Amino acid sequence: MVESKHKWKAWLYLSPAIILLLIFTVWPIINTVRMAFLENYNSMAVVGGKVYNFGIGNFKQVLEYNAFLDCLGNTMLLTVLTVPLSTFLALLIAVCLNAIKPLQRFLQTVFFLPYVTNSIAIGMVFAAMFNMVGSAFGGENEIVVTAGIINNVIEFFGGSAVNWINAGSTYAANITVMVVYIVWNALPFKILILLGGLQSINKQYYDAARVDGTSRRRVFTKITVPLLSPMLAYVVITGFIGGFKEYSSIVGIFGEHMGPAGDAGRLNTMVGFIYDSLSTQQGRASAAALILFGIIFVVTMINLYVSKKKTHY
Amino acid sequence: MKILLQNLTKIFPGRGKKSNQEVIAVNDFTFEIPDGKLVGLLGPSGCGKSTTLYMISGLQKPSGGKIFFGDDDVTELSAENRGVGLVFQNYALYPHMTVKQNILFPLQNLKGEDRLPKEKMIERAYEAAKLVQIDDLMDRKPSELSGGQQQRVAIARALVKMPKVLLLDEPLSNLDARLRLQTREEIRRIQKDTGITTIFVTHDQEEAMSISDLIVVMKLGVVQQIGKPQEVYDDPTNLFVAKFLGTPPINVFSGKVSGGKLYIGDSPVLDVPGVEDRDVTVGIRPEGFILDENGPLVCGLNSVEVMGRDVSVVCRHENAVSPVIRAIIDADNKVSAGETVRYSLKPHKVFLFSAEDETRIRF
Amino acid sequence: MSENKTMHAKDLQKVSSHQTVAKFFAKFWVYLFLIVMALIVLFPFYWMLISSVKSIDEYRLSVPTLFPKEILWSNYVDAFNQANLGRLFMNTLYVGLVSTLLSLVITVLSAFAFARLEFRGKNALFAALLATMMIPGELFTITNYSTVNSFGWMDSYTVLIVPFLVSVFYIYLLRQNFLQIPNELYLAAKVDGTGDLKYLWKVMIPLALPTLISITILKMMGAWNSYVWPRLVANDEKYQLITNGLRNAFTDSTGDVNIPVQMAAVAIVSLPLFLVFIFLRKYIMKGVSRSGIKG
Repeated sequence: MVESKHKWKAWLYLSPAIILLLIFTVWPIINTVRMAFLENYNSMAVVGGKVYNFGIGNFKQVLEYNAFLDCLGNTMLLTVLTVPLSTFLALLIAVCLNAIKPLQRFLQTVFFLPYVTNSIAIGMVFAAMFNMVGSAFGGENEIVVTAGIINNVIEFFGGSAVNWINAGSTYAANITVMVVYIVWNALPFKILILLGGLQSINKQYYDAARVDGTSRRRVFTKITVPLLSPMLAYVVITGFIGGFKEYSSIVGIFGEHMGPAGDAGRLNTMVGFIYDSLSTQQGRASAAALILFGIIFVVTMINLYVSKKKTHY
Repeated sequence: MKILLQNLTKIFPGRGKKSNQEVIAVNDFTFEIPDGKLVGLLGPSGCGKSTTLYMISGLQKPSGGKIFFGDDDVTELSAENRGVGLVFQNYALYPHMTVKQNILFPLQNLKGEDRLPKEKMIERAYEAAKLVQIDDLMDRKPSELSGGQQQRVAIARALVKMPKVLLLDEPLSNLDARLRLQTREEIRRIQKDTGITTIFVTHDQEEAMSISDLIVVMKLGVVQQIGKPQEVYDDPTNLFVAKFLGTPPINVFSGKVSGGKLYIGDSPVLDVPGVEDRDVTVGIRPEGFILDENGPLVCGLNSVEVMGRDVSVVCRHENAVSPVIRAIIDADNKVSAGETVRYSLKPHKVFLFSAEDETRIRF
Repeated sequence: MSENKTMHAKDLQKVSSHQTVAKFFAKFWVYLFLIVMALIVLFPFYWMLISSVKSIDEYRLSVPTLFPKEILWSNYVDAFNQANLGRLFMNTLYVGLVSTLLSLVITVLSAFAFARLEFRGKNALFAALLATMMIPGELFTITNYSTVNSFGWMDSYTVLIVPFLVSVFYIYLLRQNFLQIPNELYLAAKVDGTGDLKYLWKVMIPLALPTLISITILKMMGAWNSYVWPRLVANDEKYQLITNGLRNAFTDSTGDVNIPVQMAAVAIVSLPLFLVFIFLRKYIMKGVSRSGIKG
């Protein structure tokens, strides 16, 4: 390292980053905490000279607010369903990919493809696939037919069409669609990381296991998974963080109403709740954001604690 | 269990972008390893010794030839069904398991009637650990062990399932010099105690010579010579084997045979009855020189290195292939300081090789 | 010591043929599973593409066609016009390019300062920066919304570019990369009288090029995929970005949604991403596996 004669130079180079970070990162952290503790804070009304009490009213209000609890419930449900499912599937795919030689590169590329998509845009494709009716507002003579490919397939196998996302659909059907889409979206990153981890495991462990006549299942549970556990922990932690911030995939399928027609907001999430309150109810939004941060922080700590206990080598 | 390798061949398909030539790693290897012996596969890197070991283990399939364990043809059998124990060069100990778990692992793989009750497994694990003297380290993780200790754990893991054959891939290469000496004695002892037919691979000739019952010298996939270490040392079949065995290495000269006498330069140095007149390559072991004021071989003296028991005389000769030649003589002999030194030769330490194909010419 | 029973020749043959069959089946299932999963993963793309060229009548057939009977390219023209994609494209491209460029400059300068220069409080400052990475971005958005509002930046390019110019993660990534370049090179340059900036430009940047390319791609993809922030601060059609425009263009109308046209629009929006992916796959996958963030 060089002892620079012009120490101001370092600060000069850093100044754009520091100025921007002060305005758009540091100040928001302070301000969010401040607003969260000013009861019913609204920045527009501040201009009018309104003064707010300091207290935990916002947190109380948010936690008693049914809309927020619904959002919290949706978020939790989606996270708890999608993280294990996508991790398990990704692990299975990564292990299989690692076991083959011909086509490996090609399939790896295919499985990564969903990553480079726009989650709103492809959400619209999923919405079309899970659609129930070809025409919601068909003309008089038009016969309403099923036009979503998923329902076509179900009917082909003798089932009856399910109303997945249209008006009058059930909550369970909505969640199912969201789980499918979120898992589809989450797979590429997880596969990439896990496959990278698998490829860095020394091949001799597998040779040693083979010489000792280890069964496939035992190789998987006793060697592969433990040696992969740091990567698994990483994938699960980022999965939880992403899950708690779920938002745009729902917009992709259900639009900004965050729910099927006629039941707007049914699938709203914590992040959605924050955005809804953002322009008028900053106190409430800040409290919700801090709660979100708290949840993510606690879940990450639990994950780190558990994975540390399980991966100690 | 005796092991028979019959015309064993391994060809790797070419993978290079430019030259798509296939590589013959092992070429037509036939050899019987007697039951209960310690055999060293010896050769420079790339000679196919590890490939041979992996084919015996079943991890690699031969391209041709057969492998027999006893009377059974195991060529088509995969590794897990062969009952071999394999110790890897870098040990391949599972880093997330304790020593005990590592040693128990092969036993826990057994199924059906072969599976032992739990107490018996632990008993066996401790037996194996005791054999390699690590029974007090059973609850450590591999990362908490020294290289030598890891090596022992790897051997214990290979022994615990009572293999028919124990295979060791470069067992000493990851150890420091002092540990290497100690460990090779240890391997010899364990092999003696268990009586398991053991094959190990090494590029270090001293290592192979010191503990093997038999050594196999390989070069570029082809077996050069098989025999007891001393026999191979004393009676090499070609120049490669002669050069590969022995420290300091054999001294090589170019010479010629004329009228039953061997000439190095212009002076006749040895009687070689029965050899026709021709150009030859001469190998002389360092201990084959005798200091002799009237000796026929005259060399320029470079220096004298005293090594306690012996004296190493470093000298030069214009017909030597390498810039210096080295003679080991008893320390009782005084090397008189001077420009030159004269030697006579011990006939059984002098080997003649054809100048064309480096095969041995016996006399 | 050998306890294993000696196997007879017949048993051996049985074992060996059994293991060959087992191996074949294992490989077969692995491939079957992978190919089925790959088809599932690819199906939405396939469905998007074939739907995008179907006529609305064909799309509505109760037994869907897996390949369109006639290819209707006019859907693409309709989509382009209906969603005003031309304007959206230009906006997104502009925002993406400008923010990537500025962001690169800021990132390189900061990473250089952290990697090569010595100043008081450096380590503390760096640790503080890293700490901010833990906080979810949503927490900043609330205040930033008020901030840009009071700056009078609503509905402008500035509001889409400036707040996200600094990425602590990219600074971190590049600093690590710079640190791997031996310091002797810097000292040699100093001895030769090369200035910091020239050294940066001539030595550090070429050596760190792969990282810079990864950052560029991820940043561009970020602009292409950003949805939440633009929706909050730039709803004026003049400044709208592609994702918002796309979503709005097909949910505004209360009438019948022409799904083939919608799919055509989605295909148009997805195409640039696929092209980038095909040509720069290596950088993307490398960047992603190190960053763990969605572009």
